[in-house]
Amino acid sequence: MTDFESHDYDVVVVGAGGSGLRAAIAAHEAGARTAIVCKSLLGKAHTVMAEGGIAAAMGNVWPEDNWQVHFRDTMRGGKMLNNWRMAQLHAQEAPSRVWELEEWGALFDRTKEGKISQRDFGGHRYARLAHVGDRTGLEMIRTLQQRAVDLGIDVFMECTITRLLGESGSGGRGDRVSGAFAYWRETGSFITFRAPAIILATGGIGRSFTVTSNSWEYSGDGHAMALWAGASLLNMEFVQFHPTGMVWPPSVKGLLITESVRGEGGVLRNSDGKRFMFDYIPEFFKAETADNEAEADAWYDDHKNNRRPPELLPRDEVARAINSEIKAGRGSPHGGVFLDIATRRSAEDIKRRLPSMYHQFKELGDVDITKDPMEVAPTCHYVMGGIEVDADTEAATVSGLYAVGEVSGGMHGSNRLGGNSLSDLLVFGKRAGESAAGYVAALPSRPAVAAADVQAAADEALAPFANPGAENPYAVMKDLQEHMQSLVGIIRKGDELEIALKEIERLKERARNVSVKGSGRSYNPGWHTALDLRAMLTVSECIARAALTRTESRGGHTRDDYPATDPEWGKVNLVITERRGVLQVDRKPLPQMPDDLKALFEETH
Amino acid sequence: MGHQQSMRVWRGDASGGDFRSYSVPVEEGEVVLDAIHRLQAEQAPDLAVRWNCKAGKCGSCSAEINGKPALMCMTRLSTFEPTETVTVTPMRAFPVIRDLVTDVTFNYEKAREVPAFAPPHSNADGSFRMQQVDVERGQEFRKCIECFLCQNTCHVIRDHEENKPAFAGPRFFIRYAELDMHPLDTLDRRRMAQEDEGLGYCNITKCCSEVCPEGIHITDNGIIPLKERVVDTKYDPVFISLGIGRRKQRRLVGPGGGSGPSPIKRPGQGQSSLRSAASAGPASGATATPTFAPAPPRAPTAVDKVASTASSAASKVGTAANAESMKTAMPAIGAAVGVGFLAWAIRKTRKK
Repeated sequence: MTDFESHDYDVVVVGAGGSGLRAAIAAHEAGARTAIVCKSLLGKAHTVMAEGGIAAAMGNVWPEDNWQVHFRDTMRGGKMLNNWRMAQLHAQEAPSRVWELEEWGALFDRTKEGKISQRDFGGHRYARLAHVGDRTGLEMIRTLQQRAVDLGIDVFMECTITRLLGESGSGGRGDRVSGAFAYWRETGSFITFRAPAIILATGGIGRSFTVTSNSWEYSGDGHAMALWAGASLLNMEFVQFHPTGMVWPPSVKGLLITESVRGEGGVLRNSDGKRFMFDYIPEFFKAETADNEAEADAWYDDHKNNRRPPELLPRDEVARAINSEIKAGRGSPHGGVFLDIATRRSAEDIKRRLPSMYHQFKELGDVDITKDPMEVAPTCHYVMGGIEVDADTEAATVSGLYAVGEVSGGMHGSNRLGGNSLSDLLVFGKRAGESAAGYVAALPSRPAVAAADVQAAADEALAPFANPGAENPYAVMKDLQEHMQSLVGIIRKGDELEIALKEIERLKERARNVSVKGSGRSYNPGWHTALDLRAMLTVSECIARAALTRTESRGGHTRDDYPATDPEWGKVNLVITERRGVLQVDRKPLPQMPDDLKALFEETH
Repeated sequence: MGHQQSMRVWRGDASGGDFRSYSVPVEEGEVVLDAIHRLQAEQAPDLAVRWNCKAGKCGSCSAEINGKPALMCMTRLSTFEPTETVTVTPMRAFPVIRDLVTDVTFNYEKAREVPAFAPPHSNADGSFRMQQVDVERGQEFRKCIECFLCQNTCHVIRDHEENKPAFAGPRFFIRYAELDMHPLDTLDRRRMAQEDEGLGYCNITKCCSEVCPEGIHITDNGIIPLKERVVDTKYDPVFISLGIGRRKQRRLVGPGGGSGPSPIKRPGQGQSSLRSAASAGPASGATATPTFAPAPPRAPTAVDKVASTASSAASKVGTAANAESMKTAMPAIGAAVGVGFLAWAIRKTRKK
């Protein structure tokens, strides 16, 4: 029955990437008994893949920089759909969070004066990204991991949470969360966590697409579990396709090429050798973008008297431009465009500033990027949409549930600027940990775990073993990825989205017939995949449903049949809730920005 | 340009196992991990393998490929002849969980023993000043992706389970080196590295450096400078004062945060009956003996076939075919090679 291994904590953090680790550190320091539960080994989470840097207006390179400018850049990058309060807190608190990492042992690259160096990135007015070469994410996760270990925070590695638990047998819906249900990957045995506060820090949804920079962990677990527990998801239609993923060889298709290549001077060219980005400068960014090569090149050394190169427009703009060039037949041999740093910087500079890019192309693509251009095309990278949270506390709409990092929504509006993800993890990780600890401390009574919820979760997890069906979980997953890629990808159409939703229904039926073969529950990836499918299908449906509803183009949501940005749509968020397996999409007015912040957008550049 | 790739993959668990042969279609540019994934999807859905980024950045997919410790995601199939059989086995130095997945808890327990960075002051106001040239030395070691291939290759523990309690391994020596070289760290870590972590066991054969997928000069830039710094304050006790074969009593509690019950949880461990829900405060704090215990010696399973030349550098590791003949004799051979190697290494060190 329900006598599984069980543990009691005040706060259970699901996920051990940057946001989960930072949240756990904060909860622990606030006095809460805290556990981190993660699907992989500690230190392997997707944050290690982050390359470029952490955006924080420290003003180390450009003293003119401050939180107001960062706030403005973030809101404009998100096409004004961001939760203004989150964008404000993020811009204000990011510098302290970076300095704190240094206190914990991070070794950032330095300026000549010995301060933390900052680099240019798309959409940021000043050089703002604290970095370590092009492996900033690794530095960040290692620093946080070492801090968490030093504090003695309990870690449950290779342990997958499949369901949130509630008090009344409805999985948290309508009441408070009381814990979470998981299985150990190693043994397949079940485990229940009894905890009044759960912080979801599970990252994104990229595994639902074929061409993605994301790892297998990004199956949207947190998004789906929150939805099943009665929480709401915000703006799921906004999926960021990073402009520069590898395209060749097929084995590495989608693998990320950092935006730092462009930040360090790299330019995009088509098959005619033309720097095509000058043809794709949108009206919204005309005033601040160079319209000729001479000015664009001069900008790297003199930001004051020149406008920024169009290669450093926000990611949604660059990704759409690359897509258009490829479609117009001006692509590279393997279906991308060329990203050229070789003719722009010395071999020595490239190797020093972009060591892992050099390594990655040399080892996996047989290309020496100090001599030849890279071939690049957009790749699914990040979901702006996520669990709807309170800006100050990261509390979801279900009591005791918190969300932070990529799994939360609102912060990045319709498009995230590069570098704002790592700072997001730190700023809101700390806030979530503190507010969850505060919530638990103030509780008059701890919620009890409903035995019915535990039993239901266990039955659900074991279902694939008992299933007489013959569906292969890997085959269902592959078909889902292909449908999402072709029908809900970077450019969307109403009729294709309708088809996608029908296909998802069919795939749900197939997923119910998935059966697991082989040697039982111990480290059985076929079983793990079968269980991951539930969340992947749920988030895929959310994305397609929201994308069909929003009849405009904005940020990470481009509708071929509604190519314009519609001011009316700029006033509302799309909120998704679920009841008995049926999704409901509602429009909800954006929170109103106060006048003093509004004034920041009136000044001319 | 694709072809049928012949693969031999070790399948089994702690109780034993054997090689299985497969033939799998592969495409141009693919890596060993692609072939393993295709096997999972089409032929062996329960084939256990650890992986995450598939880009050489997370260090999850460590294994031994034709006897050589490497990342599966960074080993291109084009490095082998199309007709060659590619043999994949789990890392040898750690207990097998299933198939290619090993229990690497050893490394997480060792990580707890390293005292954290100790800055001179703590006010998080951005007031630290360090020069690029000074941080670069530590940055080299912080490139470490914790794939634990260096640990797996290191002959001090590869076939010497008994050394594990006293020896942290190359990954953690470069952690000590990194902190020791940090311009602002205030702790003297030299004695800790020597006495608590077994730095003296390392006889700089550089096997670890050879298998490092990040190209970190583990021995030359990390371990040797650290040894030189240790010699400044303390002459090597293993060779002089204690005599060969005797080991200094190791402190039971790590010098750093490594006290109390292990926070790294394993299945079934630390049931909450021990900890009531009502009790408050941080989870750790109680004094107890360290929970790290060396894994039980492995049964001489088929993995041992590819055990290969335990104390040699990866490049010198025998092919899987050679290893085949070592199947039954392996434990004895391993011991003989180990003893011989140690004798040679001691002589070499004394000459210096």
